[in-house]
Amino acid sequence: MHSKSPASAALKAAFPHTIPILAGFLFLGMTYGVFMCTSGFSFWYPMIMSVTIFGGSLEFVATSMLLAPFAPVQVFLAAVMIQARHLFYGISMLDKYKGTGWKKPYLIYAMCDETFSVNYTAEIPDGVDRGWFYFFVTLLDEFYWFAGATLGGLLGRLIRFNTEGLDFVMTAMFVVIFMDQWLKEKRHFSAWIGLAASVACLLLFGADNFLIPTMLCILLALTALRRPIEASQEAAK
Amino acid sequence: MTLPQQAITILLCALGTMLTRFLPFLVFSPKRPTPKYIQYLGKALPGAIFAMLVVYCLRNVNVLQFSYGLPELIAIAVTIGLHLWKRQMLVSIAGGTVCYMLLVQLIF
Repeated sequence: MHSKSPASAALKAAFPHTIPILAGFLFLGMTYGVFMCTSGFSFWYPMIMSVTIFGGSLEFVATSMLLAPFAPVQVFLAAVMIQARHLFYGISMLDKYKGTGWKKPYLIYAMCDETFSVNYTAEIPDGVDRGWFYFFVTLLDEFYWFAGATLGGLLGRLIRFNTEGLDFVMTAMFVVIFMDQWLKEKRHFSAWIGLAASVACLLLFGADNFLIPTMLCILLALTALRRPIEASQEAAK
Repeated sequence: MTLPQQAITILLCALGTMLTRFLPFLVFSPKRPTPKYIQYLGKALPGAIFAMLVVYCLRNVNVLQFSYGLPELIAIAVTIGLHLWKRQMLVSIAGGTVCYMLLVQLIF
C-alpha cells in the first residue's frame, strides 16, 4: 500500500462519507435503469445518460421526453429549470473548489445534490489533500449511479425489489447534513428561510413545480435580511 | 423519435445540466475577487439549500391520506434522535432508513 500518496489517503478519507450514497444510488440508479428498460429502452440508454446527464430527477423526466415527440427547445428549457438548484451549489462552492487544478472541471461537471452536500459539509482531516478528497467523493458518487443505472437497465424485469422504503436513505442523509449545518451555526436564519420557503411553495405550487419559486423566495429573503444575517455571522466568530 | 433525435434530446439534457453547474464558476472567475454579495450568498445559502433538499425528498408525501406522512415523521425523528445521541453520520442514516423500511413494510 502506498498509504502516503495523497490520492490513496484521500480515497480512504472520502469513502466512508459516500457509503449512504452507495446504498441510495445503487438502489435509485437501479430503479431508474429498470424504469428505462420497462419503457422499452436498451441498457445503453440508462448507461450513457447516467454519466452524461448525471442528475437523477432529470433522467427520469428525460425518459418520458424520449417517448414524446421531438421538442428540442422545450427539452433544453425543462432541463435548465429542473437543474436550476445547481446554480446555488456553484455559488456555495466557489471558494472551496478554488485551486483544485485539473480536477476542477470534473468536480463541477459531476456536482449532484449528494456530492455537493458531502463536499460542502465534510470536515476533511488534516493532512488529507482537499482536491483529491473532493475528487473521490465526486467520482465514487458518479460511479455508484452509473453502476446502478446500468445494472437496472441490464437486469430489467428480472429484478424483484423487496427493498420497499430503501430510498429513504437519501432523505435521512439530507436530514443529517441539514442537522450538521444547523449545529454549526449559532443563528438559524438561513435554515428557517429555507424550510419556510420550501414548505410554502410546495403547498402553493405542488410537488412538480415548487423548486424554482422556492429558490427565488430564498434569494429574496437572504438579500432582504443580509444585514442582520451578516451581523450574526460576525458575532459568531 | 429517430436515433439522432434521441441523441440530441439526451445531449440537450446534459447541456442544460452543465449550464447550471458551470455558470457560477464561469461568471465569477477565481482571478478576480468575488463580489461581496456573492460571497455572502455562498455562506448563507447552504443552510437554506439543505432545508430545501429535505423538503424536496418529502415532496410526494401526502399528509391528508393514509399513512398521513407518519412513517416519514417517525423515521426522521429516529434519525435526528440517533444523530443527537451518537453524532455518527452513518449510524443515524442507517438507523433512520431501517426504521422507515420496517414501518412501510410491516405496519403501514
